[in-house]
Parts: sequence; C-alpha cells; structure tokens
Amino acid sequence: MTLTTDPVALNDWYPVAGLGAAPGRTLLLGQEIEIDGAAVRRTDTGAALATREKWGLLFASFGAPEREIFDMAEAAEPDRRFVPCGWFTLRASPLRIVENFLDMAHFPFVHTGILGDEPHTEVPEYRSEIRRDVDEVWATNCTFFQSQIAATESAGDFVQLSYRVPTPFSVVLYRVCPSAPDRLDAIALLMQPMTEVLTRAIPLMWLVDDRSSHTELVRFEQVIFLQDKIIVENQRPLRLPLEPRAEIPTRADGSSIAYRRWLKEKGLRFGTTAGAPLAGTA
Amino acid sequence: MSVPVLWTYDLDEACYAARLTAALAGAEVTLRAVDVVPGAETGSAAFRALSPMGRVPVLVDGKVVLTQTEAILTDLARRGERGAALLPDTPEALDWLIFAARDLSAAGRARAAALFGTGDARAAGEARAALLVLEDRLTAQGLRGAGFVAGNTPGVADLALFPGFALSRDWGLGHEAFPALRLWARRIRMLPGFVGMPGLPAFP
Repeated sequence: MTLTTDPVALNDWYPVAGLGAAPGRTLLLGQEIEIDGAAVRRTDTGAALATREKWGLLFASFGAPEREIFDMAEAAEPDRRFVPCGWFTLRASPLRIVENFLDMAHFPFVHTGILGDEPHTEVPEYRSEIRRDVDEVWATNCTFFQSQIAATESAGDFVQLSYRVPTPFSVVLYRVCPSAPDRLDAIALLMQPMTEVLTRAIPLMWLVDDRSSHTELVRFEQVIFLQDKIIVENQRPLRLPLEPRAEIPTRADGSSIAYRRWLKEKGLRFGTTAGAPLAGTA
Repeated sequence: MSVPVLWTYDLDEACYAARLTAALAGAEVTLRAVDVVPGAETGSAAFRALSPMGRVPVLVDGKVVLTQTEAILTDLARRGERGAALLPDTPEALDWLIFAARDLSAAGRARAAALFGTGDARAAGEARAALLVLEDRLTAQGLRGAGFVAGNTPGVADLALFPGFALSRDWGLGHEAFPALRLWARRIRMLPGFVGMPGLPAFP
C-alpha cells in the first residue's frame, strides 16, 4: 500500500478522525497515517500533514489545497440540529459512493417503503450542471415520490431535492424540509478515501426538526446508508469509469454524467479505472 | 402475557436475530432504538443500569431483564403463537445454539471491525473457521434429509446462526465456498414472516 501520486487527490482535504478521538492509525489515499490529538503524520516518513478542524471532524491533506474545506451555510444557523451519523467503512471507490448518493432511480428498489415504492419509479426530468463560478456540480429541480421522506413524516409525497458536489469526494443533498417548507434540510456525505476501493463514509445532517429524537434521526439515515452499502460494494468495475462510453447512461443519470465529466476535466485518476492497477481485481 | 420491550440497534446482527425470531414466532414486542454508533449509548450509565455488559439486544418485561441474545431468542419463541416449534428442546439444538453464542460470535466482532472500526479484525479468521464447521454440519444434515442445523424444521439455533453467515460479506467473506449454507439461508428466507435487515441483500 503506497500513497497515490494523483495530484488532484493529494491536494484536497479529507476527514480522518472525529475531534477528540483516541490516538490511532488509519489509511488515507493508500498511505498509513497516525493521528494523535490534532496532529496527523505519515507512519513511514513521519512527515506531518496539514490539518483543519470543522464540524467536529479533523481534516488532513498531503498536499497544498488551493481551497479551504467547503462551507455549509446551514451549519451557522443556530436553530438547526446537527446530527453526525457515524463512520462506516465500505469496500468501494469513494467516487462510486458519491455517484450512488446522486442517483434517484434506485430509491424504489433499494430503499423500498422509505425513499420510494415500486409503482412510483419515474425520475422526473431535472437539471444538472457544472457551475463554473464555484467549480461544483449541481443537480436541481429534482422531484421524486417518496413514501416516507423524513423521520417526521409518515405519509408519502413528492419530495423536492437538490444535489451539490462541492469536491470530488463529498456530496450534499438539500431537501425541502417537510415540517418547514420554506427551508432546506442539508445532508452531507463526506469521504475518507482509504484506498481506491476502500472508503470510510461520514454522513452529517443539519436538520430543521424539533420533533424527532436524536436516536430516530441517526437511525433513519443509517438504515438508508446500510441499504446502499451492498449496492455500491457490488458495482463492477470497482472503480468509477470516466470514459464516456464505458457505461450506458439514461436520462435519469444526468447528474452522474455531469459528475464524471467534471472529474475527467480535473484529471482525477484516484478511485477511477484510470488509477493505479489493483492487485488481482478489476 | 404483557408486551415486552426489545432494545435494539438496526445494524447489529444479534438484534436482527431477535427481531427475526419475534417475527417468525409471531411474538409481539415494542422496539426501542438504541444509538450504538456513533452515540455509544450502550456505554452510558443509564444503559448499563439496564444491561451491565453494555450490550444490545435487551428484552425487558416488567422486572425480568434478559441481556443474553440466546436467552432472548428462546424467550421470544416461547411468547409467539407460532414459536413453540422453534424452541431448542433437543440436546443438539442447544449445542448449536451455544455454538452460535460462543464460536460464531467472532463473525460479529469481524463485522464490527470492518464496518465501524470498533471490533476485532483478527476475528475474521476465527469466524471463517466457525462457518466452515457450520458448512460441514449442514452438509451432513442434508445427507440425513434434514434442512436445518438440528432437525427437519428451523429452530432458534438456526435463527441465531443465520445473521453471522448472511452478513459475512460485510467483513469480506463471500458465500462461494459455502453451498450448503447458501441453501440453508435460502430455506430460512422462505419461512413465513421472514424479515430482513439493512445491509442484508434481497438476493440470496
């Protein structure tokens, strides 16, 4: 296991531990690192990594990122409930996890009875774009019929969603809040890319919800996330192909097409089929 | 009989075995979600007052508190209208129930390590060895014409063993090398009232 040489992946921020976590070792971009308090070092050379603290997490970078960690305006709103949902290791490329998070077409089949139901499988037309001014991918005007859109709701309805990909290894969902229709719930999924095909994913939520218990909110997100786990772990090839004709998209895959195009423009190789050869696998 | 409270965490395999047993037996329970990850609620003083080892599942009925999974499964089978047939009433059924508790518990530790980073990654080898023993057992049972671990019909032991095999992909062990267990798992999935859990593939 060695550190990737991909400059795009090296020059970004990644969560590596919760603040105040016990000292320990983990992997980042193929390299073993050691975390002790707020200090992060490579275990092979002892070199220190740049670090930041945000949202209760410790972030690190091997390189010199041009940008700071992206902002979540919702994090500054005092009446929001901040719900960190834990760290989950998946045997999948972080890019596959982002792409799955962007996908609505699987809701009725994977999250049956929660985010969708089998008679209501249509993905209504939505808009996806690469926003050049902020260098992010967005999918907007998304709607989908969901049978239980949030922990507070029991009846089904069309949910209004927007998706934002602020960095190649993170993705945010904004959902019109069922109990306060003039506001948006924000659900972010951050990645710690351990290797090209092993990822720790960290779901964080900033919600407008004064009814559900903390345990109910965490449970709702974790159940959905674990349902997704077996889907992304079984996708082949393991890493995300960026060649336009490698897989056949449909109109519902507009956000995925924009995301892959954006990654290709950036020249990202880590976690894609253009990355370093994997030992004994696709 | 009053309705007991089952303290459960959706992503935990022992809690799943309890929910599965309740569903198959037709036992009514009130579920209480516990925030195990990331909340570590099982380590709190309040929870330890209920379950001193800080573990889920816990089954509470008035003053009676059960904290050992196998005791909980057996009690749930006793409570359900369809549960009598599930009770471990032969020496072999009890033997395999204890196998689930002792030997196959390594699968839970391996899965916790792979998924949450909290278990013991070295347990994977132990868990694989236990599943090979179970594979041999189900193969031998098949030669006798018995589809389940201790007889012709499923019992609490089967339900205690099922999650350890069904979720083994979570810690990197595929099902290719376990043909007898695959058939056995399929038989369990076809039982009336079967329920799954998040992370359990809908395909066998």
